[in-house]
Amino acid sequence: MNLLNILDRLADDHFYSKIGSRSEGLSHMANFGKKAAITGIPLGLGSFMATSAKAETVTTTSTYSAASAASALTDALQLALTLEYLEDEYYRTGLAKAGLIPGGDKVVFQQISKHETAHVAFLKATLTSLGTEPGAKPEFDFTVNGAFQPFDDYAQFMVLAQAFEDTGVRAYKGQAGNVASNKAVLQAALQIHSVEARHASQVRRMRANKGWVELANGGNMPAATDAVYAGEDNLNQAGYNTSTLFGATAGSASFDEILTGSDAAAIAGLFIV
Amino acid sequence: MAKTINVSNKGATMDTSRRNFLKLGGAGLVVAGLAVAGCREDNYDFPMDGVFDLGTGDVGILNYAYALEQLEADFYTKVVNNFYGGISSVEKQLFIDIYNHEVIHRDFFKAAISGATNMILPKLEFKYDGVDFNSRDSILATSKALEDTGVAAYNGAGKYIKNLDYLVIAGKIVSVEARHASAIRDLINPGSGAFSGDDVIDANGLDVAKEPKDIIMAAGGFIKTPFTWKEQGIG
Repeated sequence: MNLLNILDRLADDHFYSKIGSRSEGLSHMANFGKKAAITGIPLGLGSFMATSAKAETVTTTSTYSAASAASALTDALQLALTLEYLEDEYYRTGLAKAGLIPGGDKVVFQQISKHETAHVAFLKATLTSLGTEPGAKPEFDFTVNGAFQPFDDYAQFMVLAQAFEDTGVRAYKGQAGNVASNKAVLQAALQIHSVEARHASQVRRMRANKGWVELANGGNMPAATDAVYAGEDNLNQAGYNTSTLFGATAGSASFDEILTGSDAAAIAGLFIV
Repeated sequence: MAKTINVSNKGATMDTSRRNFLKLGGAGLVVAGLAVAGCREDNYDFPMDGVFDLGTGDVGILNYAYALEQLEADFYTKVVNNFYGGISSVEKQLFIDIYNHEVIHRDFFKAAISGATNMILPKLEFKYDGVDFNSRDSILATSKALEDTGVAAYNGAGKYIKNLDYLVIAGKIVSVEARHASAIRDLINPGSGAFSGDDVIDANGLDVAKEPKDIIMAAGGFIKTPFTWKEQGIG
């Protein structure tokens, strides 16, 4: 995993002067997409997974070009769209299931569901404006071949909701470098990212957890969700030891960690038929 | 012509409305002429006039984040040293956690900036003219305003960051600020949609992003120590 190599390359000033623009508004995204000379090859989920892994493991022998940055950008957006499709269908299904969500909790999930639906539409429009065909919605199986019963058991529904939201936070964060070539997309991705974090905090607190992730412990979560929290116990931020002041628990919780695109896709893939 | 952020925040946070908070903060913005010599090629103005400039490029962004984290850390330090009456054990733990996180963020930036440059923002002084530290409503309202402002600040500043390692770090922090904002908002309006309310999330499902100048106007009401950020047209 040579993510840092890629980040170093993306940080190159020449790259920014060619691709980046501080003043691009979202309304200019369509034009900007054309300028970025995107290859325009529609990416289905399968090809996305392959290219995403490639983008993150690109070796120092290849040349990091504007075209590969553009494909990293749209690959990142396709990953985000897959996760939003998953969340959107999950909450809509849950809200539609009579008797699943207690009346007092419905308003919370209606709010979350509204945002996930909006994210799907927004990401599709963004991909289209960049000249890339949005990936089709996968077929989901939230029971994972019968291992979960989220639409019959509210506790399980909450477990998966927390896992999806905490995954979303990490997955968007992990794609920051890949979308940074387009300032308008980067800002929008950040604006979605913090919404996922607000959702995650709320669902966690409804499950009698803290809103934040302490160590690599999801908080009363089944082992099947361990991948969502792996590495969240990191205490080293740019060489600074976050446990120095108040211990490892507070140190780990004060920074959320990234998920790579391949790890995020693997988690989402569990629920894709 | 440079200006100085040197503002008052009287009555700013008694009110639970973020918009009013922002408006009052902005209303306190005082524009004072300062003689600062013209061009500079380096990324820092030595504060000959006693007013610090955040600097340019990534140093400026890091100092900007450091200023905001100093404010949050300072506020929660006061909260945990003087809990409002009748506070529940759950709320006490929540504020201690947030205090811990914000102090860690502050010291992280201090270490990170010090490691990269000697152009680091000094320790700022703050004032809380409108805040009643004995009032749950006042503390929650101020916390909400600070956390939402922090989220909007990082969301708006990300595009200015050149070094993508810093961008990822900012991303690691902003989601924690959003988790705080959500929890505080839910304490104010339990069980509602307020944790990600329509006042902060738009029809596209996007959270607020604010430009640095708008953030300084919002947070400036608390900041006693004047500073400028010429690159961003602040001060």
